[in-house]
Amino acid sequence: MSQLLLDVNGLTMRFGGLVAVNGVNLKVKNRQIVSVIGPNGAGKTTVFNCLSGFYIPTEGSVMLKNKQIAGLKDYQISRKGLVRTFQHVRLFQKMTVIENMLVAQHRHLNTNLISGLFKTPNYRRLEQEAMDHAVHWLKEVDLLEFANREAGNLSYGQQRRLEIARCMVTQPELLMLDEPAAGLNPNETKQLDELIIKLRDEHEISILLIEHDMSLVMGISDHIYVIAQGTPLANGTADEIKNNPDVIKAYLGEE
Amino acid sequence: MTTNKFYNAIFAAGITLILACLMIGVKLDTSGTQLAVKGATTAQWTWIGGGIAIVFLSQLFTNQIDALFRMIPKPSISTMLPEEKKMATLKPWLIAGAIVIMVIWPFMVSRGSVDLATLTLIYIMLGLGLNIVVGLAGLLDLGFVAFYAVGAYTYALLSQYFGLSFWVCLPISAGMAALFGFVLGFPVLRLRGDYLAIVTLGFGEIIRILLNNWTEVTGGPSGISGIAKPTLFGLEFTRKAKGGEDAMTFHEYFNLDYSSSYKVIFLYLIAILLVCFVIYVINRLMRMPIGRAWEALREDEIACRSLGLNRTAIKLSAFTLGASTAGFAGAFFSARQGFISPESFIFIESAIILAIVVLGGMGSQYGIILAAIVMTILPELAREFSEYRMLLFGLLMVLMMRWRPDGLIPTKRPHLELKQQ
Repeated sequence: MSQLLLDVNGLTMRFGGLVAVNGVNLKVKNRQIVSVIGPNGAGKTTVFNCLSGFYIPTEGSVMLKNKQIAGLKDYQISRKGLVRTFQHVRLFQKMTVIENMLVAQHRHLNTNLISGLFKTPNYRRLEQEAMDHAVHWLKEVDLLEFANREAGNLSYGQQRRLEIARCMVTQPELLMLDEPAAGLNPNETKQLDELIIKLRDEHEISILLIEHDMSLVMGISDHIYVIAQGTPLANGTADEIKNNPDVIKAYLGEE
Repeated sequence: MTTNKFYNAIFAAGITLILACLMIGVKLDTSGTQLAVKGATTAQWTWIGGGIAIVFLSQLFTNQIDALFRMIPKPSISTMLPEEKKMATLKPWLIAGAIVIMVIWPFMVSRGSVDLATLTLIYIMLGLGLNIVVGLAGLLDLGFVAFYAVGAYTYALLSQYFGLSFWVCLPISAGMAALFGFVLGFPVLRLRGDYLAIVTLGFGEIIRILLNNWTEVTGGPSGISGIAKPTLFGLEFTRKAKGGEDAMTFHEYFNLDYSSSYKVIFLYLIAILLVCFVIYVINRLMRMPIGRAWEALREDEIACRSLGLNRTAIKLSAFTLGASTAGFAGAFFSARQGFISPESFIFIESAIILAIVVLGGMGSQYGIILAAIVMTILPELAREFSEYRMLLFGLLMVLMMRWRPDGLIPTKRPHLELKQQ
């Protein structure tokens, strides 16, 4: 049941002389919520950028379902089922919500120029399927009524949810959320909490999470990794992490 | 604040004085075999004085003038048109009506106007093509004229060396231009913004210089002349048929008297056909996944990459399709002119096409059509101002950008709507 989905070994990223990430190991199993925490500037987002192909890691291996993905291009990685969101919401602001959802399904559509020009049956069918799929996910994140709004006009919380829905229509197996609760009010954070758990339990995907909101992290994570100054500090369940003296020291400083 | 304004106004007036003195006040003239420097006439000096006064006052009272501009109600397109539902049923009829008028119109007016209309249609095609690249995909291309040149020379050379007809060459020209777009696009599309603009600018110049220097093939600066005109199913529009014994001309076949205006009208009708085709294709493209991907890429490249969109392929498709439209226009241009030389493909052409796109409103098809009409007809209308023509043209553009910075008809993208379920 719980197979290894993502296996990261000795991930290192150097920018010139600066070692941003140093020998990080991560394991994500199927249907697991795994969190990466650490003080500001610890290199969490750099880890995400390495995994999603925005950076090519200097050293280390990234195995997705036992296949090496380190060194692949970003769009190739996301096509293999590893999709991410961003710390600052990145939507297509001027496009409608439904269009945002369709762009994400670009590679599932019939992009042949000729069939598009003549609206062949295959083209229409795929377009309709994409539409239905988008509607399904808009329902899941409770945004269906805003389908025809411009994405930029949504509230911040709604934009966050749309970003997650937009990732989900690409049919990922591993969803990476980069500080999804940043800028949300407590009520919205609770909704997000429920959404993440729903994604794991009902849609059977794994989630890798970077978050500063400790109540969210401790409440939902199956496993937590702590990174400080680019190096792995500790890992374990929420309770283990809470009582780990090294972690407390990294967060609060020494006596 | 006010003193600042005052100095600013003095400065602007001074600049105007210097420029006006250099450009209008002093003139080189040939007197006999020698060049002589001539001063301006008194009338011209009064005009210059008036101009300086206008610049001074307009700089001094910018705020008031802006307020005045704001008071003029902007003609809002949406209020002038009937509501959306009515529009949907009316639209096909309006389009059909427009096409019928466009087809009938040339038979009633002079040859010159039809010719000018044909030229306008070429610019519409070019504007629409560049709009894909600049307006939709957001890639600034300053060398668009290169693809226009490739299209034009492809037809000219194929017709000259191999005697291929216009209709055969039309798709080949578009294909060649697309190929050049592809080849250029491949290495440079990782560049963005200003850098891309400079590379494309360079590419435009390379093509022009190549055409200028490759004398054996392109004829160099003297260009290619006597390019065959398009035929109607083999019927020529010349006085006497050129193409062999059984070749017939249009007027012989239909038992008409020869008139050179048939040819002009025929070319105009071909241009209408091509423009309609281009508009249809681009309209479809904008609603297709690829069109959405262009827009998305313009909006946020990083998000696109994270969603599995291959940005190189998407940008390349925009570049290639834009180039092929220019190739289309180029082939038609060389068929219409009958003569082309590198002179027709200088940087200023790229600038004019870009101006059409910007004036019309980036991404807006109606706007671009309107802007192309304005940009080609205005210089003609302003012909009586002779040497001040470009000055007037520049002034108009400054005013336009001040008054409608989003273009004549700002984009209203065809948003995809979810039908109520």
